[in-house]
Amino acid sequence: MEQKELIPHLFRTEYRKIIAVLCKLFGIEHIEIAEDIVSDTFLAASELWGLKGLPENPTAWLYTVSKNKTKDYLKRNALFVQKISPAVKYTSVKSEELEIDLSVKNINDSQLAMMFAVCHPCISTESQIALSLNLLCGFGVDEIANAFLTNKEVIYKRINRAKEKLQIEKVKIEQPALTEINDRLATVLTTLYLLFNEGYYSASQDEIIRKDLCIEAMRLTLLLQENDNTNTPEVNALLALICFHSSRFDARTNDKGEMILYDDQDTNLWNDELINKGAYYLKESSKAEELSKYHYEAAIAYWHTNKNDTKEKWETILQLYNRLLQIEYSPVTALNRTYALAKANGKEAAIVEAEKLALSDNHLYHSLLGNLYTDINDEKAVEHYQQSFKLSKSSIDKTTIAKYINKLQTHKN
Amino acid sequence: MKDFLFVFRADYANQPKSSPEEMQAVTKLWMDWIGGIAAQNKLTSAGNRLTSGGKVVRPKNVVTDGPYTEIKELIGGYSIVKTATMDEAVEIAKGCPIFMIGGNVEVREINPM
Repeated sequence: MEQKELIPHLFRTEYRKIIAVLCKLFGIEHIEIAEDIVSDTFLAASELWGLKGLPENPTAWLYTVSKNKTKDYLKRNALFVQKISPAVKYTSVKSEELEIDLSVKNINDSQLAMMFAVCHPCISTESQIALSLNLLCGFGVDEIANAFLTNKEVIYKRINRAKEKLQIEKVKIEQPALTEINDRLATVLTTLYLLFNEGYYSASQDEIIRKDLCIEAMRLTLLLQENDNTNTPEVNALLALICFHSSRFDARTNDKGEMILYDDQDTNLWNDELINKGAYYLKESSKAEELSKYHYEAAIAYWHTNKNDTKEKWETILQLYNRLLQIEYSPVTALNRTYALAKANGKEAAIVEAEKLALSDNHLYHSLLGNLYTDINDEKAVEHYQQSFKLSKSSIDKTTIAKYINKLQTHKN
Repeated sequence: MKDFLFVFRADYANQPKSSPEEMQAVTKLWMDWIGGIAAQNKLTSAGNRLTSGGKVVRPKNVVTDGPYTEIKELIGGYSIVKTATMDEAVEIAKGCPIFMIGGNVEVREINPM
């Protein structure tokens, strides 16, 4: 990896680990100090590595420097030593000898503890998600604003208000108790689900960042799966879903970074290892008493890994979508369901259903109708694709849509 | 948005026997219809299907067995949809597969307590 890519990459993967460990050490009241220390570390890295070249082990370098900066801070700041050191949990010794444990195990434990602290009921779900993305995933305010189609100020305020709330409530960053797991796991899963979607469906053309997001979501979900207290059927279902979708990562873009739609993908590029892993977690998830939306989505994703385009496949997918929509409506699910309906019941039936959806301000709605009208009424297909082109905000989408319009128009002549 | 109750009625006793394949096909029609309402974000509850038989409790502890001789059409199930108007709810009801067996859908606005 090139140096200019390496620092953002490390920022993405390491920032949140060090933050989690330091926050757990200092307590939620001093998130800002932890953030300052880690930001300083990365700033030092970008300056020093630019001048002197990369250290042998960049991650270890970051850990050492952030440890030293923490110790320096503690030494320098007498007030901090007086006020915080007694509260520092994992040491009874003086601050100079403070052990900052950046082992894999403590990082994992700290992140799990952070996940549950951030998802405390005293803050709203949307704030929990924003704060999770910020602290657990190292997302910048810009990126979060992008993901939620809002502006920076809104996210900035949301994050700060959430931090204040956690501080006022004196939320502890510690291993969650079983009751907290029951209360907060749903929010934790929503956050991880959104994080994965952000990576998988993002309009960003930056493949490295997108993959990082998906890998981060998978790793955080795996943290839950590997902990006996949080290894629930829902967690397994979400993990299965993530594995199945990720299995197509290499098949869904070409060399130029353009999207290749499901129907046109080279199935040889699908990752069998991830498909098998997904199948394992899906099996684990079946111990549920009640099926969650993740179960249905994982089952749908499982059927999509089936390479044969059979009637059975699409009929099963359609029925799973019918169920999923009864649990939770979303425009994208409604559109995907209509696509499955076209495959199972024919395009004519799907057009009738599609036109009932009342989603005419959604570019995907027009792309779907463009697809459905192709070969039935090509003129209408072109109209819908043009509408979709107009409404679409991403250049990748626009390129794909333009191709369809072009194909339909050359076909006509 | 208002909630509307769909009550499905049909003369279930006098239906021709159907093969497992036919029953499967009918089930699919229902699932696609309900899925279609959910896809429009207009489903409050898929509701339930009712088993045949039952009891009717009347004043003075009089309990009689169903099915009920005085009415031919039995309630086979119910669902709840949410729409802005009665007309819109009626439009949705028009797609109900119950008409294939000569049944009907009663559409009633739910009056929230």
